[in-house]
Amino acid sequence: MTAAFAVTGLTKRYENFALQDISLSMPEGQVMGLVGVNGAGKTTLLRLLSGLSRADAGTIEVLGHAMPAQQVAVKQELGFASEDMRLYKTQTLRWHMDFIRSIYPGWDEAYAAELLRRFDLCAEQALAGFSHGQRVKALLLLNFARRPRLLLLDEPTTGLDPVARDEVLQALADILRDDARSVLFSSHNTQDIEQLADTISFVHGGRLLESRDKESFLDDWRRVVCQGSWPANESRWPEIAATRQNGSLLELKVRRFSDALLSRLKGQGLEIRSTEAMSLEDIFVTTVRAGGAA
Amino acid sequence: MRSTGLAPPLYNPISTVHTVHIKYAQQVPVDAELLLSASDSKPMYQQIVDQITAKVLAGDWKAGQALPSIRELASASRVSVITVKRAYAELGLAGIIVTRHGMGSFVAESPDLAAGLLRAEFHQHFDAMLACAARLGISRDAIRQLLDDEPSDPETISSGGSTP
Repeated sequence: MTAAFAVTGLTKRYENFALQDISLSMPEGQVMGLVGVNGAGKTTLLRLLSGLSRADAGTIEVLGHAMPAQQVAVKQELGFASEDMRLYKTQTLRWHMDFIRSIYPGWDEAYAAELLRRFDLCAEQALAGFSHGQRVKALLLLNFARRPRLLLLDEPTTGLDPVARDEVLQALADILRDDARSVLFSSHNTQDIEQLADTISFVHGGRLLESRDKESFLDDWRRVVCQGSWPANESRWPEIAATRQNGSLLELKVRRFSDALLSRLKGQGLEIRSTEAMSLEDIFVTTVRAGGAA
Repeated sequence: MRSTGLAPPLYNPISTVHTVHIKYAQQVPVDAELLLSASDSKPMYQQIVDQITAKVLAGDWKAGQALPSIRELASASRVSVITVKRAYAELGLAGIIVTRHGMGSFVAESPDLAAGLLRAEFHQHFDAMLACAARLGISRDAIRQLLDDEPSDPETISSGGSTP
């Protein structure tokens, strides 16, 4: 199976930030979600993969081609949508669609027409009159209608109203049906990632903390509510990422849950009241607060 | 079309494109869309397991019937492929579906699948009741007493609702 992309030892230094030694790959047909706070390095990684910036060290392979050497071949089959991309304000969306269509042979006019309708966009309107949300949707349409084999999406749902966000997620879900197409997307809306990603990659402070299949990643974490008091010797409980105590109630956020851990807690005289799964959002915040050790 | 001759163009990009369009956007079997919710406290894979189990119990999906492919169900229900894979694996372990290599998954043809599922559900409730009773300190004798006091006709139970 070809990898949609593979990077090794990827490093990019800026004045106040460095993406450091990232090694990561994604099999074709997968959806990967990039999670991280602002400035964690998500956009830098996406820009390196798309060929918009050059790495200081490391190798990049996209759809079986070495980057940046073979970037012309890669760009035929790669779509990249990022909020900071400019469209021509004085031109209509139709003009942009015809422009992209003239460059990319894979352009699917019927699909573009359907996306126009679903995204509720007017092709004859000049971009200057578009709202922020409409610009985001226009940019996604221009990428989706090319049916690229690899889609890189930087915050595709940020700034969209709930209805527009729902339409974008639906368009992403349509792509899942094809096992030859892959998507790598970053989002502050962890719920989008939790819903659609097969793999979750966690970036923090320019480093890759973890990249794992979503099911086992989510399965490791639990919120455990007990009655009793916490033994407080935290070094003996590396599985526990966060604790809160209120009177006799104790809440534990566990990063490596097991039945053995529950037995140990009971052995401390704690009475387990409930054990529940955690959302990706809760895991994300807990990890960052705990100093970035996933 | 730029062509001015009488012969039709050999390659018509619009018609090719249209076929692809249909394939991706419209041929979604109604069955493949499960009713999942991100605000449900149960994890997504568990919601899938529960809903497919319910569909089999209700007879929506009959014994031997082919299930939607993993990608089809994921796309129609808007969940990740890996989540559906996990749900199908759990349904396979529970004996509710059977996966044949290269052919897809099918509802198991066990003669008493529905009864078995109901029995499993009953045992789950029963165990939960026992655990709750233990926490309240209700003895086995007291539970027996409660059972004896309970009217045997289920109709009477449902109509005898409590009014404050």
